Amino acid sequence: MIQRLLQEVKEYKKASLLAPALMVGEVVMELMLPFLMSFIIDSGVNQGDMAAVFKYGALMLLCAFLSLFCGMLSGKYAAYASAGFVKNLRKAMFESIQKFSFANIDKYSTSGLVTRMMTDATNVQNAYQMILRMCVRAPLMLVVAMSMTFMINGKLAMVFFYAMIFLGAILSFITLKAHPMFRKTFRKYDDLNASVQENVTNIRVVKAYVKESAETDKFKTAAGNLKKMFMKAENILVFNNPVMQLTMYCCILALSWMGARMIVGSALTTGELMSLFTYTMNILMSLMMLSMIFVMLSMSMASAQRIAEILEEKPSIVNPENPAMTVADGSIEFDHVAFGYYAGKDKYVLEDINLKIKAGETIGILGPTGSSKSTLMSLIPRLYDASEGTVRVGGVDVRHYDLDSLRNSVAMVLQKNVLFSGTIKDNLRWGNEQATDEEMIHACKLACADEFIRQFPKGYDTYIEQGGTNVSGGQKQRLCIARALLKKPKVLILDDSTSAVDTRTDSMIRKAFREEIPNTTKLIISQRISSIEDADRIVVLNEGRIEGVGTHAELLASNAIYQEVYETQKKGEDEHEQA
Amino acid sequence: MSRPRNVGTNGEKLNTKVLGRLMSYILSRYKFRYAIVLICIIISSLASVASSVFMKTLIDGYITPLVQSASPDFTPLFQALSTMACIYLVGVISNLAYQKILVVISQGTMNDLRNDLFSHMEKLPIQYFDTHAHGDIMSVYTNDIDTLRQVISQSIPQFLSSLFTIVSVFFSMIVMSVPLTLVTLMMVVVMQFALQKIMRKSGRYFGAQQRQLGKENGYIEEMMEGAKVVKVFTHEQKAIEEFNQINEDLCEASYKANKYANILMPIVGNLGNISYVLCAFIGGVLAVNGISGLTLGGLASFLALNKSFNGPLNQISQQLNSVIMAMAGAERVFKLLDEPHEVDDGRVTLVNVNKDEAGRLSEAEMTTGHWAWKHCHEDGSVDYVELTGDVRFHDVSFGYVEGKTVLHDIELFAEPGQKLAFVGATGAGKTTMTNLINRFYDVQKGSITYDGIDVKLIRKDDLRRSLGIVLQDTHLFTGTIEDNIKYARPEATHEEVVAAAKLANAHYFIKHLEKGYDTWLTRDGSSLSQGQRQLISIARAALANPPVLILDEATSSIDSRTEKLVQEGMDKLMSGRTTFVIAHRLSTIKNSHAIMVMDHGRIIERGNHERLLEKHGVYYQLYTGLIEND
Repeated sequence: MIQRLLQEVKEYKKASLLAPALMVGEVVMELMLPFLMSFIIDSGVNQGDMAAVFKYGALMLLCAFLSLFCGMLSGKYAAYASAGFVKNLRKAMFESIQKFSFANIDKYSTSGLVTRMMTDATNVQNAYQMILRMCVRAPLMLVVAMSMTFMINGKLAMVFFYAMIFLGAILSFITLKAHPMFRKTFRKYDDLNASVQENVTNIRVVKAYVKESAETDKFKTAAGNLKKMFMKAENILVFNNPVMQLTMYCCILALSWMGARMIVGSALTTGELMSLFTYTMNILMSLMMLSMIFVMLSMSMASAQRIAEILEEKPSIVNPENPAMTVADGSIEFDHVAFGYYAGKDKYVLEDINLKIKAGETIGILGPTGSSKSTLMSLIPRLYDASEGTVRVGGVDVRHYDLDSLRNSVAMVLQKNVLFSGTIKDNLRWGNEQATDEEMIHACKLACADEFIRQFPKGYDTYIEQGGTNVSGGQKQRLCIARALLKKPKVLILDDSTSAVDTRTDSMIRKAFREEIPNTTKLIISQRISSIEDADRIVVLNEGRIEGVGTHAELLASNAIYQEVYETQKKGEDEHEQA
Repeated sequence: MSRPRNVGTNGEKLNTKVLGRLMSYILSRYKFRYAIVLICIIISSLASVASSVFMKTLIDGYITPLVQSASPDFTPLFQALSTMACIYLVGVISNLAYQKILVVISQGTMNDLRNDLFSHMEKLPIQYFDTHAHGDIMSVYTNDIDTLRQVISQSIPQFLSSLFTIVSVFFSMIVMSVPLTLVTLMMVVVMQFALQKIMRKSGRYFGAQQRQLGKENGYIEEMMEGAKVVKVFTHEQKAIEEFNQINEDLCEASYKANKYANILMPIVGNLGNISYVLCAFIGGVLAVNGISGLTLGGLASFLALNKSFNGPLNQISQQLNSVIMAMAGAERVFKLLDEPHEVDDGRVTLVNVNKDEAGRLSEAEMTTGHWAWKHCHEDGSVDYVELTGDVRFHDVSFGYVEGKTVLHDIELFAEPGQKLAFVGATGAGKTTMTNLINRFYDVQKGSITYDGIDVKLIRKDDLRRSLGIVLQDTHLFTGTIEDNIKYARPEATHEEVVAAAKLANAHYFIKHLEKGYDTWLTRDGSSLSQGQRQLISIARAALANPPVLILDEATSSIDSRTEKLVQEGMDKLMSGRTTFVIAHRLSTIKNSHAIMVMDHGRIIERGNHERLLEKHGVYYQLYTGLIEND
């Protein structure tokens, strides 16, 4: 998993190596200081030798500046490497998502994907930056400082050694114990916030049913439990600081006692003792830092995992080898097709579909919610693959086509359609990048959108807000149809795409289809009988099976479901015609 | 990369007013404990200063004499070390004590804040939720509260502890050596100067990074939301190209921001080192020449003090940044807490009553199936008015924003048990009418009466209890299906729940779910189809059994065949109740007693289905699909 992520470092490898290398320089230079200081004391102050004081003082200054220099450069490279790394990660994720099939998309929620690409990626960025700098600094500091102490005095260095083991043991105990508790607590915390979110969006219901105080009580209980969990976890963590202090003080006392005896016995100099005191801080601080790094890294592991999930997600639909690049015509054939969303589960939502559609035919599709009308249509541009049987377009199995070629020939206006932020023209160009103004206007005229677009002050340059919130439902649907028409498709699928359009415009659109694009196969899903009654044939779907196929008149005579829907929708109109 | 100019620096002032309010919020709860924390912090920082000062005593007072003495006696040293051990122990214990108390304080405060926020939020008027983005409200609970947690449990105590340490270290330094203190101070000035410069830069670039993040977030969100459309239009490559551009910009901004943040630590740390080096060097010169009476032990102590002076200073400047950020969060938290509650001056309450044969009403303790409005007058007398569901609008005008009236002079009456329908285009004012009945908003001109009582006189809770509401957005809660149906009446039995579900024709599909009524719903019931969710919300209203019903596009997401099934249930539900219906599909409201056609906040046609059709007006056009009705 980590390996997969690290593949994306790419051109930032050099910076990723420079940052820790420079960090090594900083640490070494920094740790030279106490060492050199002991010379100032011993050969300088104690001997009264000014030259030595100057010499070692200058040396120390040099080290300090070198350390500053290395540290700054290391910080810069770390920032460069981590920002670049995460840029590549985001890019890889976005590209991976673009390769997703509908089945892959269904697995993730929009917010889930956004979180992965934003928050999780930022977490990884921070973690990576920390690894490049701190993960080098802390252990190196520890090792170098330890060896310095051994160089100064092996016997006294043992004090550090024992202190390190003691502190290390306690810190890892605390971390290992507290960390899972925090994880659990933070999950609960997310739940709590989810319930707040729910209350905010559902506030009308809460107030309408006078549940404010009940919801508040519920929240307080949950928040109270959370508080207890937090306290339990934090009460372990609070030992960190005091234990660290305790260890440091013990070291000082031990060094003072043993050091004093050694100095008296001439086995140690005063200067050396002083530098040992300084190393105490360095060693213990780096241990602290290590435990912190551990916590932060394991927190970002979850993020890394979620990112890897996206990168490793296999698109369930990929281009075949030697694909067919052109779609001959708009004929469609379903040959014993069955489909289930979850492979392996026996529950099919479409079963035993057999249907032949000639190029240029207009087919209406009717059926209650959940009868899998949309699913059936999604099989044509290969948004999903049939679980059994074959779907053919232009006489060729859809699985043999180049995906882009197939989808460019099959235009589908989705039920849950989306306009993107940008001008109307920008949106229309989704259908055809090179469309001229004339082509766009023509398409909009066919979709009966031209008239209302012209009424906007800015006409075709009107800016559409994200999600198309500044046009009405019916207008949005007509724009979506125009966008699809610009593809000049061989097959056009309208999935309940005129539900918000008034019936007169609806029939004008259909008339335009008949007259202007006679060779395009048109498949129209609708709840409204009036939208499909003039189709060449109508397919009635029910619970994933074809219940009947025929013209309006045939179905009205023979199909129970069709009759029933017709009755409920037509009765009123008949009444008023009589009136 | 474009770089907006007006960024960043204005937010870098510490908002002391908010900090003061936060402190008083904490202190009002934990005054005593905070005092103990303060004492413990002082003790613990004194112990650490003592540790640095001890170097001098150790070297000058013990080691040097011992080296010079012929027969070294270590007993005094041992005693001194024992004293130090005691001081250290006290320091460590104080440290542990205040950390532990701080957990109680910070978690307690956080919990109180969260509870206050939530219970306050629940009392806010609907207007607040309509005029504030939900994401913004949520971010108070998540982002703002999170930064506060950090500050209360870490920054503030660390700030205090650093402050004490600095002060006591400073005095000790002056006692040790004035010239070296000056050197240290000089370096502090240099350090602060560098710090400020870098922080200003990094603040500006972090602002830019934040904006780029927002931009990228928006783009991703839009592309993910429209992922299927992208597929259908084979727009993948184009999307990738656009994304790469935005992503490149973000990388640039992020690099710059992090660069400055990253070099901050080495600069400050190494300037500290240089300060240390200068002191060692100058101190060495002074000691060798015996100037200003600096001894070897004094130098050792001073070097230790120098370290413990620069360390906390560093910490303070780092904490300051997060404190400033947290105060911005605290400001938003307090702003929400300061939002005025939904006001309720109503005194008329809803009570159970018994009705005797003469039609007189008497209050009852238990559910009787009869309800009455209890009106306590100021002179102490009490009136009871039977709840029948007679709702009238008297010349009502209303606007959400001042100066922009969305309802004009509405006259309307619904007699008990009548079904009234509103039709018309989006923005005609249909939903606004229902918002006024249950007083989500209050009318600005005219009045609405309920059984002859002005709704403003009725206690809001009781008013809303008497109204059932089914909205287009279903708004289900996390919990089982049964919990959701029982939402209004948690004490309802399972049988009642099933009966309500049957009424709404929801029983059939619920029964077929693997876990039936115990099916766990999350995220507004996302595992169910929109139609199924709608059926549950209808069942929820059915169980509440209110005298008056408001159905706002309640069946819009159900296909016409299922709707027929639901309609039967709805008709049962509506019979005998005053009902206000807003419907997209006109077939569902044909049997209404009166249909109001609304346009731009006015009722332009009214009458029953037949009469309106005869009129060949707007309703006729709507009904025959000649104009859009959405």
